[in-house]
Amino acid sequence: MPLVRALAAWHARSASDTRGRLAVELSRRGFIKLSGAGLAVSSLSALGFGFAGAALAASVRSFKLEATTETRNTCTYCSVACGILIYSIGDRAKNARSNIIHIEGDPDHPVNRGTLCPKGAALLDIVHAPTRLQMPKYRAPGSNELKPVSWDFALGRIAALMKQDRDANFVARNAAGTRVNRWTSTGMLAASASSSETAYVTWKIARAFGMLVFDNQARV
Amino acid sequence: MADLQSQDYIRRSASTMTPPSIRNHEQEVAKLIDVSRCIGCKACQSACMEWNNLRGEVGHFEGSYDNPSDLNPSNWTLMRFTEWENEQGNLEWLIRKDGCMHCEDPGCLKACPAPGAIVQYANGIVDFISENCIGCGYCVKGCPFDIPRISPVDHKSYKCTLCSDRVGVGLEPACVKACPTGAIMFGSKTDMKSWAGERVEDLKSRGFDEAGLYDPPGVGGTHVMYVLHHADRPSLYAGLPDKPRISPLVAVWKGIFKPLALAGMAFGVVAGFLHWIVQGPNEVQPEDEAHAAALIDPPDGKQ
Repeated sequence: MPLVRALAAWHARSASDTRGRLAVELSRRGFIKLSGAGLAVSSLSALGFGFAGAALAASVRSFKLEATTETRNTCTYCSVACGILIYSIGDRAKNARSNIIHIEGDPDHPVNRGTLCPKGAALLDIVHAPTRLQMPKYRAPGSNELKPVSWDFALGRIAALMKQDRDANFVARNAAGTRVNRWTSTGMLAASASSSETAYVTWKIARAFGMLVFDNQARV
Repeated sequence: MADLQSQDYIRRSASTMTPPSIRNHEQEVAKLIDVSRCIGCKACQSACMEWNNLRGEVGHFEGSYDNPSDLNPSNWTLMRFTEWENEQGNLEWLIRKDGCMHCEDPGCLKACPAPGAIVQYANGIVDFISENCIGCGYCVKGCPFDIPRISPVDHKSYKCTLCSDRVGVGLEPACVKACPTGAIMFGSKTDMKSWAGERVEDLKSRGFDEAGLYDPPGVGGTHVMYVLHHADRPSLYAGLPDKPRISPLVAVWKGIFKPLALAGMAFGVVAGFLHWIVQGPNEVQPEDEAHAAALIDPPDGKQ
């Protein structure tokens, strides 16, 4: 407290004047006087004669989504497919690297209208989980090791193997000679969180291949 | 720090100055927790931790679905599960979302000795301003609902803010938004009371004769209210106080002892000052005697 310090200095000065000494140490009497001054100051502030500026130094936490970028997406968890809003730092400027800082429900999405389940409400930690799979991995035949590969490699290899398998196992006609166009040796599991439109397209593609083993998890 | 929000204060801890309250036409807000619609999924807990950037220590299973087992500085809301066998011998699973009730007459604020560490905004939200908190723990004793928790890391007190940062920009609190069954609703206090009325009526029509709204008058009403199927026995719900009120100790301490002590201190100062004025200059010290003697009879004999 500056006031108390000033009083102490004043007292020390007056003490040295009256005694003709330069001693700054407090006498017993001086100590009592100083304590009295301190008591006076603290009583005054307790009675409300405070410093107005200090009294107003407080504020609510600033709103953290102020200038973030909002992106609509679908929750990755189950086939209910709740709409989510992903908030990331930065305004997509060239030199700013975006990073997801918050995820909450999309109030305009007809499925959940802004709500989320506990897992959905905690999606942010999935995004940033150190164990999250962020790239395709490939285990070559005979190998016991999964190696990260590019999307080009992964998609190319999947397409090549599908074509190879379909060419070998496609059944155009059954024993009775009726046209069936079946491909039963490969299946597809997809689209748990897709909209009706996306599910329709997925369905069309799988059926166009002749696939019978197919599930888009729409039954959940 | 600039503080435009101080104009919204209606109460401020340990302060005798009246808050400016320039904006006096603010709508009071309220959160309504309909216990009868809650499925105990804890989406509110997740959303709260996500929005407020809180991540507590991973705990241990304590034999109940309460997870974590208690509120803590990193967990401002908690689903409390109670298994209760009713008069008909049927099991009722009572699930209550526990957290700050944002009392109209906040015991924490009354008990707080640190100026401005606890404030109440005109919209009814009671907020802890950590910067001013001294970690004394009086708010914990002052709270009729046992909500605030002191952090062992920074020795400051923490609790639900009713997402004052979201409400401040016109959004609903994070827990309210997440709730998938609509058990948590948010709006003006008037609207929440009328919605609660509809819910109570519905519950009564389903055989819950004692259904009602929990908005305890002992603390002047709260800005977080419950719809309970057994409103006659709130304590069934994991010890929700039947008749919450601020501890009489707080009233005695702040209402009687504090003014008495202040008066005593003021009296001491005034008495000391008067004593110094009246008596102090009249006291003759040995140095004064010596000085006077030297003036009258100088040692070197000159007159």
